[in-house]
Amino acid sequence: MSATVVRKRSALTKGQLPKFAPYIVLAVALIVGAAIMALIGFNAFGWGIVSAILFAVGLVSWSGAVEGSRKAKDKLATCLVVGSFLIALLPLISVIFTVLVNGIPGLITPGFLGTSMNGVTGAFDNKAVEEGAPVLGGIYHALLGTIQITLLATVISVPVGLLTSIYLVEYGNDRPLARAITFFVDVMTGIPSIVAGLFAAAFFFAIVGPGTKTGAVAAVALSVLMIPVVVRSSEEMLKIVPNELREASYALGVRKWRTITKVVIPTAISGIASGVTLAIARVIGETAPILVTAGFATTINNNVFGGWMASLPTFIYTQILNPTSPSNPEPSDQRAWGAALVLIILVMLLNLGARLIARLFAPKTGR
Amino acid sequence: MTTNSLTTSQGAGRAGDKVFSGAAMAAGCLILAVLFGVALFLVVQAIPALTAPAEDIQGGNGFFAYIAPIVVGTLIAAVIALVIATPVAIGVALFISHYAPRRLAAGLGYVVDLLAAIPSVVYGAWGAAFLAKEISPAYDWLATYLGWIPIFEGPASATGKTILTAGIVLSVMVLPIITSLSREIFLQTPKLHEEAALALGATRWEMIKMAVLPFGRPGIISAIMLGLGRALGETMAVALVLSSGVLTASLIQSGNQTIAAEIALNFPEASGIKVNTLIAAGLVLFVITLGVNMIARWIITRHKEFSGAN
Repeated sequence: MSATVVRKRSALTKGQLPKFAPYIVLAVALIVGAAIMALIGFNAFGWGIVSAILFAVGLVSWSGAVEGSRKAKDKLATCLVVGSFLIALLPLISVIFTVLVNGIPGLITPGFLGTSMNGVTGAFDNKAVEEGAPVLGGIYHALLGTIQITLLATVISVPVGLLTSIYLVEYGNDRPLARAITFFVDVMTGIPSIVAGLFAAAFFFAIVGPGTKTGAVAAVALSVLMIPVVVRSSEEMLKIVPNELREASYALGVRKWRTITKVVIPTAISGIASGVTLAIARVIGETAPILVTAGFATTINNNVFGGWMASLPTFIYTQILNPTSPSNPEPSDQRAWGAALVLIILVMLLNLGARLIARLFAPKTGR
Repeated sequence: MTTNSLTTSQGAGRAGDKVFSGAAMAAGCLILAVLFGVALFLVVQAIPALTAPAEDIQGGNGFFAYIAPIVVGTLIAAVIALVIATPVAIGVALFISHYAPRRLAAGLGYVVDLLAAIPSVVYGAWGAAFLAKEISPAYDWLATYLGWIPIFEGPASATGKTILTAGIVLSVMVLPIITSLSREIFLQTPKLHEEAALALGATRWEMIKMAVLPFGRPGIISAIMLGLGRALGETMAVALVLSSGVLTASLIQSGNQTIAAEIALNFPEASGIKVNTLIAAGLVLFVITLGVNMIARWIITRHKEFSGAN
């Protein structure tokens, strides 16, 4: 005689959906979604959207029937919150995918990184499209320009930003001046980048002469954007240096400025360096301020103080908006996407570098 | 008179102290001077445009007739961006702070920050080359079925390069700003409030509604304001995506223009009074964003005492 074991549901778990409920609903939603898409024409993106909506509706109504309205609302909120995160990922994936797909052909073209656009005219591009000749021209001049402008901007911003943050943390003591600086640094982070460019342009127009457009003007514009970022990050880093270190130094009779340069800054240097790297990453992709201050050039210009200068972002912008050959924009598009890929790689490397610096050179805090 | 050896000046050290503190203070003052200089130089260069005879300004009706439509266009684009970005950003912030597994949360936050790291010109290129093309069938659909609403009036732009597309690209760009600030504020919600709500039998959503959102409201508002400041001033996304034109009510036709894009498109070739006109437009943009940012910062500082460890 065989006894069948009857499992009774515990009273505590009554009125609850079983643990596997979401998976069942998901499977059903995917199948029904596929069926609906088959009727109106299949595409993967639409399938995902329809299935997600079906999943949310199905799970919430099932939960509402079994568990009551409060649990159903909770499930709905969870679906919406997770859904919004997935929605936020869509553009990120799409942008990176688009840049990779369009940028790799440009990047692997021979001479793309090593030649400038000097002498590359629409005739060459027409030839490339019509006769399959190789796409000429590259981003060497733009890459050089970006590096020079960003380097000069860094040279201007880091001393000013670092000294300001030292003033705020070590000398400020919540004085009105310090409070004003903190407030206006915050406000400065919100200056539209194009206004920073206009400021630098207007400043040099007034001082040097109308129409002054050089790499140095662009560097000043970028510093206006970079200084507040450097101040904020350095300030945070200086603040977390333990006070005991300062007091120990004062107790040994060391002057305040020696304490700051020999004790406080070395302790915080990893954080400061990583903040500066992040600030560089933020301004290296700025287009608008360079557009109004450095113009665009097709040739290599090694003098930041004279003549128009190219940069990667403005190169992308002009190649898309004003293709070298208006009748055949494809080679220009290819160069623009290649430059975009290089720019994204630069920014990601800087971001990664900032993280590495912060980790590798962090002071030993363990006791 | 004897001098106390403890208080005699030690030349180098004291001078070093003076120089160093002076340099630090000068750097701080320089920042204030720069911000003041931004306003001053923009005003100085803008005055010729404001005082010029009306027919010299582009359009021939004076500066205010020139700037009014593009101010409205700027506001339209920024409002579209915020309407789309705000709910998504708050959802993402909640996901990272309260829904995602603790171990994944930091990494997911970094993924969202990547959105902020991508240069704006790349977003512009993406919007023009990919999004505008993919989204134009949706505009046709909107024009056909919802065309009776003025903002969806047809015929829809065939290229998809409309103010709505520009607004969507802008929303992607302001999303990480609103997300990271809201996330910070959600994480500061007092643990005791959350646990008290959960102990009373609240579901996770009810806990968020009762404890997290009321606590975070000022932070969310100021995050939205900061996002608004960014959306108002963003240039490249609009300059590359929008095929600009006169002010139109319909969001799915080509038309409209924003201040920042107007400057970027025209400044490189501008000369004479046109330069002053564009700088004056920049001044208007500066004043608008400055106002928005100052309100946002004021809200943050006003609520500073309440946030944090209490």
